[in-house]
Amino acid sequence: MTERSEYKELSWQGLWKNNPGLVQLLGLCPLLAVTTTLTNAIGLGLATLLVLVCSNATISAIRQWVPKEVRIPIFVLIIAAFVTCVQLLMNAFTFGLYQSLGIFLPLIVTNCAIIGRAEAYASKNPVKQASFDGLMMGIGFALVLMTLGAIREILGQGTLFDGAELLFGGWASILRIEIFTSDTSFLLAILPPGAFIAMGFLIAGKNAIDSSIAAKQPKTEAKTIERVRVNFEG
Amino acid sequence: MAFFIASSPHNHIQAETSALMRLVIMAAIPGVIAQWYFFGWGSIIQICLAITFAVLAEITFLAIRDKNIKAQITDFSAVLTGLLIGISVPSIAPWWITVIGSVFAIMVIKQLYGGLGFNLFNPAMAAYVMLLISFPVQMTSWQPANELLTHDINFFNHLWLILTGYTWEGFSVEQIRMNIDGITMATPLDTLKTDLTLGLTVSESISNPVFGENFSVGWEWVNVGFFLGGIFLIAKKAIDWVIPVSFLTALWLFSFIAFSLSADSSASTMFHWLAGGTMLGAFFILTDPVSAATTRKGRVTYAALVALLVYIIRKFGGYPDAIAFAVLIANMAVPLIDQYTRPRTYGHKGAES
Repeated sequence: MTERSEYKELSWQGLWKNNPGLVQLLGLCPLLAVTTTLTNAIGLGLATLLVLVCSNATISAIRQWVPKEVRIPIFVLIIAAFVTCVQLLMNAFTFGLYQSLGIFLPLIVTNCAIIGRAEAYASKNPVKQASFDGLMMGIGFALVLMTLGAIREILGQGTLFDGAELLFGGWASILRIEIFTSDTSFLLAILPPGAFIAMGFLIAGKNAIDSSIAAKQPKTEAKTIERVRVNFEG
Repeated sequence: MAFFIASSPHNHIQAETSALMRLVIMAAIPGVIAQWYFFGWGSIIQICLAITFAVLAEITFLAIRDKNIKAQITDFSAVLTGLLIGISVPSIAPWWITVIGSVFAIMVIKQLYGGLGFNLFNPAMAAYVMLLISFPVQMTSWQPANELLTHDINFFNHLWLILTGYTWEGFSVEQIRMNIDGITMATPLDTLKTDLTLGLTVSESISNPVFGENFSVGWEWVNVGFFLGGIFLIAKKAIDWVIPVSFLTALWLFSFIAFSLSADSSASTMFHWLAGGTMLGAFFILTDPVSAATTRKGRVTYAALVALLVYIIRKFGGYPDAIAFAVLIANMAVPLIDQYTRPRTYGHKGAES
């Protein structure tokens, strides 16, 4: 495989085919808990993205020297170090958002999407590809977070980018969009059950798109001869 | 002489789904009449709204799913779901509450799970819970019984109240619910719960006019109406008597234990039977053939579980009534209950011990 097509494959896997949020269903806890507004979702998405890229790069760089038996604790320690950095940075620069994310910021350590990538990809591949994989997986995860956050914010409060100034600074308060005003908010969208229902609809939507693409593809009759390949990797 | 070879069951009950559903709908009439008599036209309007939108939603989604619309509409299951939603929502709730509930019940709870027979949850109760946690203010604005009202409201006032939030004379929902002293009147279950948290005893609390001379003005007769309808259903063999009997017995037992331990902080057993949605739940909700347990032992377990949850939530929970929550939680437990209460096949020995 050429390097270019490998990067293409990595992007395709991270953003759509093997999306951590919609397909692997990893990291559901922050995904469902903090996506009450778009701003929260972007904040957590960026934090996860940053941690994922850094941890993938580091783990890939030291993969020759990590004994197989103790690799998981080492991965967790590396991830925890980066999460601590991100947490301190957010505490310093985006304090409001830091407060509204609360416990879910330190909980990125236990996000299976990150340790999953470390174990499945970064510990077996060179630094460049591993960082790119982290970037794509992180963007895929952040996109799902943002979609879910946007849906829940619109349904629940009728706004978009409410509290964006917490993340982007004072100028961002003009981003706030009032889509509709109502005296009664649709509480279900803000509460956790609404997150599960909206997530179900997102997954269903992705599967529907996939199957409609598969239906449109011209059927290629099996011309290739099936060969049994034995892979002795790992 | 030709023998037909067929697998068991050999003895069919020649009952169609539509006949069963029609029977259940007819059996709800006494309860609905009691609601109309004590609470006015509001609930009738809500029932009409709910049935209309449930059927419309059913037609829309059957069309999207390329199903046989006529066959599935005439089985009356959507009408029954609409009827149950219309009965359960507060009679003076705004119209969009009922519309959202009916569409959600049919669309998400019924059709997305695969239509009638595949739904995990009781559609009407799932929609009720969705509405209750989403719009707590509107969903707890119950109208006091007509005889307690300070303003008379007729059919047009009810219609106007549901459509605009105000009666023809301009009274808001809040003003309708106030008594002559300017204090909002709640349902008996809600009143009792609030009074107990305020440190009153049960006997002090039930001097409130919403309880009337017996247990609760209006509500007791609505419950009696649904009870009569339920007896009719059992007599017609439309529902299994096991579920309502074990539910009511278990609820009686739990409330009796609490009442005998602490009569000052626990309502009487009859109050639990005749307040809120107990009878509607016992005969019309729990007996839903799709989402209830199937075996006899399983049905007893299921009904007792619902009764326990109803009692716990009524006594300790945050919401005044609990039928809907209890039914949903028990629905989730049904596959497990069915797994462990599988009856012994004839000729096989029981589990080896």
